Amino acid sequence: MKKYDFLPHTADAKFVAYGKTCDEAFANCAVAMFSVMVVPETVKPKIKKLLKIEAEDLESLVYDWLEHLLVLLDSENFILSSVGRIVISKIDEGYLLDAEFTGDTISDDYDILGFVKAVTYNDMEIKEKDGVWHITVVVDR
Amino acid sequence: MVDVKKIDDVIWEIPKSGKMNVSARVYASDALMKNMKLDKTLSQVSNVACLPGIVKHSYAMPDAHQGYGFSIGGVAAFSVEDGVISPGGVGYDINCGVRLIRTDLKKEDFDKKKVNLLNEIVNNVPAGLGKKAKLRFSRDELSEIMSKGVRWAIDNGFGWKGDEKRLEENGCMKSADLNCVSDNAFKRGMPQIGSLGSGNHFLEIQSVDEIFDENTAKVYGLTEPGQVVIMVHSGSRGLGHQIASDYLRSMEKKYGIAGLPDRELINAPFLSDLGQEYYGAMSAAANYAWVNRQMMAYWIRESFSKVFGADARELGMEIVYDVAHNIAKRETHTVDGEKMDVVVHRKGATRSFAPGRIEVPEIYRAVGQPVLLPGSMGTSSYVLSGTEKAMEVSFGSTAHGAGRVMSRFAAVKKFRGERVKQELEAKGITVRAASWKGLSEEAPQVYKDVDEVVRVSDAAGIGKLVAKVKPLGVLKG
Repeated sequence: MKKYDFLPHTADAKFVAYGKTCDEAFANCAVAMFSVMVVPETVKPKIKKLLKIEAEDLESLVYDWLEHLLVLLDSENFILSSVGRIVISKIDEGYLLDAEFTGDTISDDYDILGFVKAVTYNDMEIKEKDGVWHITVVVDR
Repeated sequence: MVDVKKIDDVIWEIPKSGKMNVSARVYASDALMKNMKLDKTLSQVSNVACLPGIVKHSYAMPDAHQGYGFSIGGVAAFSVEDGVISPGGVGYDINCGVRLIRTDLKKEDFDKKKVNLLNEIVNNVPAGLGKKAKLRFSRDELSEIMSKGVRWAIDNGFGWKGDEKRLEENGCMKSADLNCVSDNAFKRGMPQIGSLGSGNHFLEIQSVDEIFDENTAKVYGLTEPGQVVIMVHSGSRGLGHQIASDYLRSMEKKYGIAGLPDRELINAPFLSDLGQEYYGAMSAAANYAWVNRQMMAYWIRESFSKVFGADARELGMEIVYDVAHNIAKRETHTVDGEKMDVVVHRKGATRSFAPGRIEVPEIYRAVGQPVLLPGSMGTSSYVLSGTEKAMEVSFGSTAHGAGRVMSRFAAVKKFRGERVKQELEAKGITVRAASWKGLSEEAPQVYKDVDEVVRVSDAAGIGKLVAKVKPLGVLKG
């Protein structure tokens, strides 16, 4: 199955990430966002990161998940290689995301394709159709 | 389909309907309106009219195009007492703005040294993803930067005494409150101080092409065609984006999103705790952006000084002005004959204050504030002056530049970066870019015609034409 597709959008980058499960679609969202900046498949898995976040609904969980990765990008020059483990579970007041992912620090070894500044709610959509999860996100560039 | 009525050549109205508290007003020619109808611009302008406490109209400037929640090129004033403040009405890049620096040099001087000069600037000004800023600053220094603004930069040697008098807000909003800035914002802000950034941000060496208002141009330090000037277009980088996200999230947690036509229209009453906290954090990010542009101005002066072998003062490198085009500000305006305190949101819109306003620097108070409108890469940019008419019809606001008409995604498919570079160089414009893809995304063809945007600003009376400048060399982030 394809991980994601990019869709036309006037100012920014819009993508839809797929997954057989919600977890997998969340992981592919992160890969899609980084694919705007680098070719994630070429990024070496040198650094391992752990993350646990909570949010009130699935949309805000996508928002916070991607934004956390942008914080790592800006503060540590971290670029994503892949998401090893990701589990999303329903909790009392919303959802919990528990993830482990790897990546590297930006260096001249990597071709920089473009930039992402911020995550947005613009046209955000999360749906399950015929057993496939679709998460649509627009990121500001 | 939004119902929009033409009032005259350059003014349109969207009448009040549904949940709109006021009508919407659009400044556009037929050609610009045609583009606005292609995307969600007009429905976004109508949505803003539904927010609590909006005063007079929801406005779209001539360069308006679709944004998140609020359109880009949108202006809205909310009553301080019972209105709101919205991070989406400011934009993710808080105090994205433009600075113009003048020189006494002529185009011929630039031509002789252009390769050296651009190399020197490229070496001095960090641009692009993952490029570390030249200097590392501590958390305490970042705190000082956000609370003191450009004053900090000047005290620390990154500027001349008096530079601050040539900036909007004197380069410091006193409403900055560091206690409202998150740890993540600090983390994103520290490595990026003094860097250009990416996307549509650029540093351009330009020459004056045409002067329309000789008197005002002279007051601004623009003397004749061929004069070299430098334009910097940049913002608050990751720090501003983080503050926008932080408050968008805390406002939706506190107030919920039910009833909002668009999640990105989330807002808080201006005088509520959360409203005031966002205003304090936004002001801190605005100060950071002014310091950023100040640092770049410092390095530009240094680069010119080295290449031309003269002190930057001898080269006449005074700042003309520095405008914020993504910001919310508490201002006093006359509404229906009465003075009123409002929070004016300008998202992709420039303040255009008239002669006499106390906010306009003393040196410019007789002619009105300079309004800086960057074109797209490779096209002309403009200097306008603020007008009395703008005070009356747009809360002292006008356009901010060329609005985008083609997606970056489509642009990359259509224009190869190398070809964009060749085309610009054929026009005599030297280009340096941090990424080839970035260059194709910013190809001049993807923007609305800035000439038309400026013509409409002038015709509507919300920004008076002063001078046109054209690019000689571009450094793109």
